[in-house]
Amino acid sequence: MRYMLFIHLDESQMPKSPADKGYEMLAAYGAYNEALKKAGIYLAGDRLTPSATTTQVRIADGKTSVLDGPYAETREQIGGYYIIEAEDLDSAIAWAARCPGANHGTIEVRLIWEATSVAQ
Amino acid sequence: MGSDIGRAVKQPATESDGRAAAEAAARRSYGKLVAILASRSGDVAAAEDALADAFAAALEQWPVSGVPANPEGWLVAVAQRRTVDAIRRRRTSAEGAAHLQLIAAEIEASSMEDDLPDERLRLMFACAHPAIEPSIRAPLILQTILGFDAAVIASAFLVSPATMGQRLVRAKNRIREAGIPFRIPERDALDERLDAVLEAIYAAFAEGWADPTGAESRRRNLATEGIWLGRLTASLMPDEPETLGLLALMLFAEARRAARRDSNGDYVPLAEQDTKVWDSGLIDEAEGLLRRAGVMGKIGRYQLEAAVQSAHVARRLTGETDWQAIARFYEALSRMTQSPVVAINHAVALAHAGDTGAGLALLGTLADDKRLLTYQPYWAARAELLTLAQKPLEAHEAYGMAIGLETDPAIRKFLQSRRARLRN
Repeated sequence: MRYMLFIHLDESQMPKSPADKGYEMLAAYGAYNEALKKAGIYLAGDRLTPSATTTQVRIADGKTSVLDGPYAETREQIGGYYIIEAEDLDSAIAWAARCPGANHGTIEVRLIWEATSVAQ
Repeated sequence: MGSDIGRAVKQPATESDGRAAAEAAARRSYGKLVAILASRSGDVAAAEDALADAFAAALEQWPVSGVPANPEGWLVAVAQRRTVDAIRRRRTSAEGAAHLQLIAAEIEASSMEDDLPDERLRLMFACAHPAIEPSIRAPLILQTILGFDAAVIASAFLVSPATMGQRLVRAKNRIREAGIPFRIPERDALDERLDAVLEAIYAAFAEGWADPTGAESRRRNLATEGIWLGRLTASLMPDEPETLGLLALMLFAEARRAARRDSNGDYVPLAEQDTKVWDSGLIDEAEGLLRRAGVMGKIGRYQLEAAVQSAHVARRLTGETDWQAIARFYEALSRMTQSPVVAINHAVALAHAGDTGAGLALLGTLADDKRLLTYQPYWAARAELLTLAQKPLEAHEAYGMAIGLETDPAIRKFLQSRRARLRN
């Protein structure tokens, strides 16, 4: 089953970390990526640029509105994501717990809706 | 109704007294009462429901009418009436009956002996029965004996709360439907069955011990509760050396809790821990238990694991670690358990005792076990041994896996610093 792991982070907390901590975290993500790949469950994953660069698009009353930046009221932003092939939810949770982001943010684990499961 | 209850009252109670007494009884007696009710009916879920009702009734009544002389007896009697009530209510709708029965329960409770039988051991044997899936045994004991809710247990064991809830319900149904007995097994089956009980207790402790700083109170509590369950089992079965061995093992580990992090919160490996930070009271208690178990003349897994711990903490007296002794204990454990986890520890002990080649060869025999691919200690051990064997490239790769599989940031940082040392 494919699971998506959303990495929710409080961006305002990030720059305050000491410079070496950033490096440590980066290396930890590198090791995590390798572990996912060696376990044969890695499908995709990326780090996202800061949420200040985000753009919100929606259509209401036939009018398209385009807004800059994230929703102001949400403190935590999505900093990156992984898509993994996991046996079940428990296995996906175990991998989410190993994600370095789990130590200072929240990892949201969602089962991906497979087209085949709709057909059935 | 007031005069009836009046007879059971120990002292005139204020409202807060009654509430506090009900809450204290809930904390202290929960597992004992579930065990009594479940061992009579064979139905754990019904026992929990009935007891929840009885606690609700106590919270309602004790503040008004006073705390009964025998609170536990009162709760058991009311819970049993509630079970009967629930059945009757389905058949008749006699509203007044429940009220009358409650009064009857008061009288029954006041005539009951002060000492209720302790059925917790029987309940633990039911929860760790071979017909119950091994991975749910520890959660089941935590819930039934200690009253932990499914969400707390789920978070400690890293599964979703919904899944944990379902598994617990399924296990309880199984106890009822399969007619699993609430019985301490006969001598010939006792060793194996006791091992399942001890394994479940140790699993609870180990989940809690994985959080060394105690930053997560839920998990820290789990270690404390594991020790509490170990003490309970050791007191109920004092002539079983393995119950003493398990308690000794947990106390040795707990004694070193504070030394596992330095003042910066960084991870400190066992061999580098400051022995002055170890809790000597707990260590002395553990040594005493291990000696008591030793003279009973029946060696077992927990006594051996406690012996390993004992050899490690001997460093506080001798200044060095006797790796030869530790390797021998692990060898004996390996023969007994055939566990890959024991083999990993054995390999590390062999390497520290001076035979790195033997350690690496032993690790090599495990490489086919696919489960180890995602088992952090395997990679950490490999990395350490490859470093000792002066194979930095392979060590670097093994450290990478260990770092990627680790969930604790302090240990991750420690492994990263060890990996960085390889470059020099």
